[in-house]
Amino acid sequence: MRRDPLALLALPGVGYLVIVFLAPLLLLLYASVRGPDGFSLDGYARVLGDPYYRGVIGASLQLALITTGGALLLGYPAAFALARARGTTQVVLFALIFLPLTVSIIVKSFGWGIVLRRDGILNWALLNLGLIERPVRMIFTEGALYAGMINVFLPFMVLPIYAVVRMLDPRLPDAAATLGASPWFRFTRVTLPLSLPGVVAGVSLVFSLSVAAYVTPSLLMGDRYMTMSMVMAKAFLNLRDWQLGAAMAAVLLVVALVVVVGAAALQRRLGGR
Amino acid sequence: MERLGRIVSVTALALVILFLLLPILVVVPVSFTEAPVFRFPPEGFSLQWYEKIGRVDGLLSAIGLSARLAALATAISLLLGTLAAIALVRGVVPGGAAVTAFTLSPLMLPGLVLGIALLQAMREIGLRDAWWSLLLAHVVITLPFVMRTVLSSLSLFDFSMVDAARTLGCSYPVALWRVLVPNILPGFVSGALFAFIASFDNYPVSMFLVDVRTKTLPIALLNFIEISPDPTLAALSTGLIVLTIAVLFLCDRLVGLRRMASI
Repeated sequence: MRRDPLALLALPGVGYLVIVFLAPLLLLLYASVRGPDGFSLDGYARVLGDPYYRGVIGASLQLALITTGGALLLGYPAAFALARARGTTQVVLFALIFLPLTVSIIVKSFGWGIVLRRDGILNWALLNLGLIERPVRMIFTEGALYAGMINVFLPFMVLPIYAVVRMLDPRLPDAAATLGASPWFRFTRVTLPLSLPGVVAGVSLVFSLSVAAYVTPSLLMGDRYMTMSMVMAKAFLNLRDWQLGAAMAAVLLVVALVVVVGAAALQRRLGGR
Repeated sequence: MERLGRIVSVTALALVILFLLLPILVVVPVSFTEAPVFRFPPEGFSLQWYEKIGRVDGLLSAIGLSARLAALATAISLLLGTLAAIALVRGVVPGGAAVTAFTLSPLMLPGLVLGIALLQAMREIGLRDAWWSLLLAHVVITLPFVMRTVLSSLSLFDFSMVDAARTLGCSYPVALWRVLVPNILPGFVSGALFAFIASFDNYPVSMFLVDVRTKTLPIALLNFIEISPDPTLAALSTGLIVLTIAVLFLCDRLVGLRRMASI
């Protein structure tokens, strides 16, 4: 085989990632099966067997599911309006969706706290509208957590769907209309299937980000809602129980991998039609 | 029915934008309040919280550290990433597709997993210096952002244009500078911007690598929230938001916002 000298340019970058990314990751997987006296699956036994840790895994998955569902429900129709806007309007709308992505997650979670406080903006608005008589407790409730999570991850749903919808050929639904298809039929049989690649991209992105969330749940809920990431952080920083943390990390890694591989397989099938 | 669909989607977009901007915009009035507690509507007007940013222990140094760290990690990533992208697009790399997927894979990894993996590895080799640990880690965070955008702009570039420029009398470096560079510049700018933000805003990796004296801004902010939350945080956040808008505006002038965000 002839060596291509140009290929050597990849060496510094790829080598760097092998040493500083791949090797530590393998070391972490090794730590998850390394007990005090050699090989042990004790970490996994605890993470997958103990009802407490099983509950944490379930809670993380539930949080990710609700976040993804909520973001899809809001983001899908919004992406269509964004794609339909023209000229300067579209640039401005686009910038407004894009800006929150660049604002620190800590700033956003902090702002969300101000919105939901007992003397915060939402209670103030509801009181002045006469909808409630006294301030309602909102912060540190699960509803507030879900809203905060959707708030943080929503742009990751809107942007991929928008990217696909923007490229849709507007003549296709028109052609279906010419052929006598009802609006509902046109949406479910033409527009919706064509937009699915964007939906798959958005759903997998939001799910894998929210299942690993750390900052938003810990700021909005604290210890009351433990996620996998929070258990990992606690195991490494407070409990010094590295095997437990490493096993939890491996479980999270498997979840992330399943989402990525599943989404890629779905995309191939959608692309193949 | 058609009308209904349009109304639903426009309403959804309006709600989405309102919802997304609410927690960001709410910090602005709070930063000008007189009272030391957040209250809405805010009372009075003062700039005291902006002055206090400089007096809060460690906040300014955290901003400096995060900016230096993000700039350096982005620069290193631009160098390593561009070289690797050229090799992967133009050269014959054994297992090219797998290598490309590997260089992008840190994007898919939950941040905390990378954080604890690096913490463990650094302990293992005995690296206890926070600055160097952070820099090593942040290059891993930023490199895939640069790779992704530079790879896609290089693979969209038609290299026969460089040959065309040379036929028309440009020397090779001049042809690269006047034809290749303007074409892949958007990739560089947006890759660098995303990389910088990813590093500047990173919490889940940094939290394992900082020490008492070396704290990045997100860590310092979160500590501050936990210990003594007051409108100083809102003032600092407002400053960061204004800075972000300025940078976005600049990037829009430079390469176009939509072209940049087509991630």
